[in-house]
Amino acid sequence: MELFSAKNIVKRYASHTALDDVTISISKQSVFGLLGPNGAGKTSLIRIMNQITGPDSGELFFEGQKLNPEHISQIGYLPEERGLYKKMEVGEQALYLAQLKGMSRAEAMQKLKVWFEKFEITAWWKKKVEELSKGMQQKVQFIVTVLHEPKLLILDEPFSGFDPINANIIKNEILRLKANGSTILLSTHNMGSVEELCDDIALLNKSKKILDGSVKEIRKTFRTNTYEIEFSGNMMGFTNAMWAGAQLLDQEQDGELNKVRIKLLGNNTTNDLLQAVMRVSQVHGLREIVPTMNDIFISKVGEGNATVSQTSLTE
Amino acid sequence: MTIVGPILLASVMILPIWLAMREHEPDQKIVVVDDTNLFRDSISQSKNIRFVYTEDSFDSAYKNLGKTDYTGLLYIPKNILSGGRAIELFYKEQPGITAEEYIKSNIQKMIYNYMLQKDSVDLNTIRNAEQKSTIQLTTKKVDKNGMAEDTNTGTLTFVGFGFGLLVYMFIFLYGAQVMRGIIEEKTSRIVEVIISSVRPFQLMMGKIIGIALVGLTQFLLWLVLTFSISTIAQNALLGDMKVDMKKKEVIREDVFGKKTDLAALKMDKQLRDTSKLDEVFDRFSTIDFVSIILCFLFYFLAGYLMYGALFAAIGSAVDAETDTQQFMLPITIPLVLSFVMAQYIVQEPNGSIAFWFSIIPLTSPVVMMVRLPFGVPPWELALSMSMLVLGFIGTTWLAARIYRTGILMYGKKVSYKELWKWLFYKG
Repeated sequence: MELFSAKNIVKRYASHTALDDVTISISKQSVFGLLGPNGAGKTSLIRIMNQITGPDSGELFFEGQKLNPEHISQIGYLPEERGLYKKMEVGEQALYLAQLKGMSRAEAMQKLKVWFEKFEITAWWKKKVEELSKGMQQKVQFIVTVLHEPKLLILDEPFSGFDPINANIIKNEILRLKANGSTILLSTHNMGSVEELCDDIALLNKSKKILDGSVKEIRKTFRTNTYEIEFSGNMMGFTNAMWAGAQLLDQEQDGELNKVRIKLLGNNTTNDLLQAVMRVSQVHGLREIVPTMNDIFISKVGEGNATVSQTSLTE
Repeated sequence: MTIVGPILLASVMILPIWLAMREHEPDQKIVVVDDTNLFRDSISQSKNIRFVYTEDSFDSAYKNLGKTDYTGLLYIPKNILSGGRAIELFYKEQPGITAEEYIKSNIQKMIYNYMLQKDSVDLNTIRNAEQKSTIQLTTKKVDKNGMAEDTNTGTLTFVGFGFGLLVYMFIFLYGAQVMRGIIEEKTSRIVEVIISSVRPFQLMMGKIIGIALVGLTQFLLWLVLTFSISTIAQNALLGDMKVDMKKKEVIREDVFGKKTDLAALKMDKQLRDTSKLDEVFDRFSTIDFVSIILCFLFYFLAGYLMYGALFAAIGSAVDAETDTQQFMLPITIPLVLSFVMAQYIVQEPNGSIAFWFSIIPLTSPVVMMVRLPFGVPPWELALSMSMLVLGFIGTTWLAARIYRTGILMYGKKVSYKELWKWLFYKG
């Protein structure tokens, strides 16, 4: 079921086009990754989703209704460039921001206590924000974003500035929130987190959407039939045995153990390959190397950029 | 600052008066060598100066000065009466201006009297004439119906200037606070968080109105504190004086007698000072402070709203306080100008310059406040107020359009041309 969609969004600024006919659809209770290089248009799209700016053309829908100011209290936003009032006390500021989203003071107070305890920052309630370390401030910001239990959570680079332990905490919170019914839009460069967290993604480049779909499907589509095999035995013998069935990409020798990366050619299957090499070696392990989102990102974006430069060359 | 301010203000007003009325000089013991033999026993002792007469000649007294405990030597040469040498005061410790004046006026008066008597002029006649020739000039304002009001131009000028200055200061102070607050929100990026919950216009107006309330609170606190402190001080200090007055009433009689009692003469001056102060306080009470303060509240608020919006626009357009300079200048020029004009306005409060400057929204807050104590026709006041209201509505609209683009714009070096473009960006 769809929670949110943006259809044919166009946004132009005086000097350039930020979004050129972009369409995305976010399913309920999923984690949606919004990816793209810097300047692709992610922030513009996010700002439009938050009703900070309006599109030049296109429509947005929240739970089937046209997106309007009433939905603000149901959306949580953690911007990439984020901050807090330095001279204000932590607790007071958190209460204020929660109330801005429509919560009552009492409710906010109660929920904040729970969150502060969970993140182990209860001691910071009365401190001024400027007294906190960056990591602490980010924790507070995260809490304030999710406090009003929004249906849609928009997180722009939520992991930046966090050490691995805290990043892990955030990651687990995201999964927990999803399990409790929230829908999350994650905009990030951290491809590792994309693989770990995202169900669907959309990849933007130069104001256009160049890829979208579920992570699993995309990775499958980009499969290159590459495998990694660990074996003991003679390397030469092994490679000869593979001969026409596969292409050797990489090899590595670690004492007794050999490791190769190969690409299956034609209609050959892994079973075919195994049958061929089993005769001359002892196979210890075989696994598929599925392209990472990182690889996919680089290849798709690089491809897009290459096309552009190609075009400009031929002109 | 809210509490300390009025205390400082009150002390700045009261302290100089109080200090001037006190004597606080070192005790003096002066030996007098009088070659004219006129002033023997005539120079009266003051509170901390004792005069001791000696028969010694000047040379020996002078030589012995260092060995004695006299603090100074006063030498009155023989030819003083024929316009000869000056009186000389040799001192070990600086006697202070009051002591010098005391001695000088003392001797002068005595010579004066001596000269008159030598020519058989009756001292009493002179004293009489002197007393009768001290007058006071009272100014009264006549209104349309021919009713005379007792006023004092000096006081009005003071009040006008005072309120003009206050408006000028407050608008500047709080306008700048708006700007700084907005820049802080931009640099700390809190604006990115808040802007998803509220519209830019709400954020901007919230800040402007919030700071307006701070300014109002501070002003009211100042008012109450300053008033109470000066009332208390007035009663405490001048109450003292009034008691002193009663005690010296007796000595006062001798002022017109042969022995010029300079302690009394001085006290006379004190009396005159206090009555002047009393008079000043009296004059103040005749001015319609209530309506002036009400007008002040309006002009402060409206003027602040107008300038505050402009300051908000600047704050939203820049990335750091250092970049504000180029924009600050054109905004502050009308404000500074209006204050500079004040000194001309007080001379001609109802002239055409005064009229125009009190109508134009940019200068009206300060100029109108300066004009008010002198009286302003109601229709002019109404016109000025409505123009100012239109003024701040206009600048708020302008500022809102610049603000909503500016707060999310970083890194761009903004120029006036750029700002102009922002006015037409779609929401």
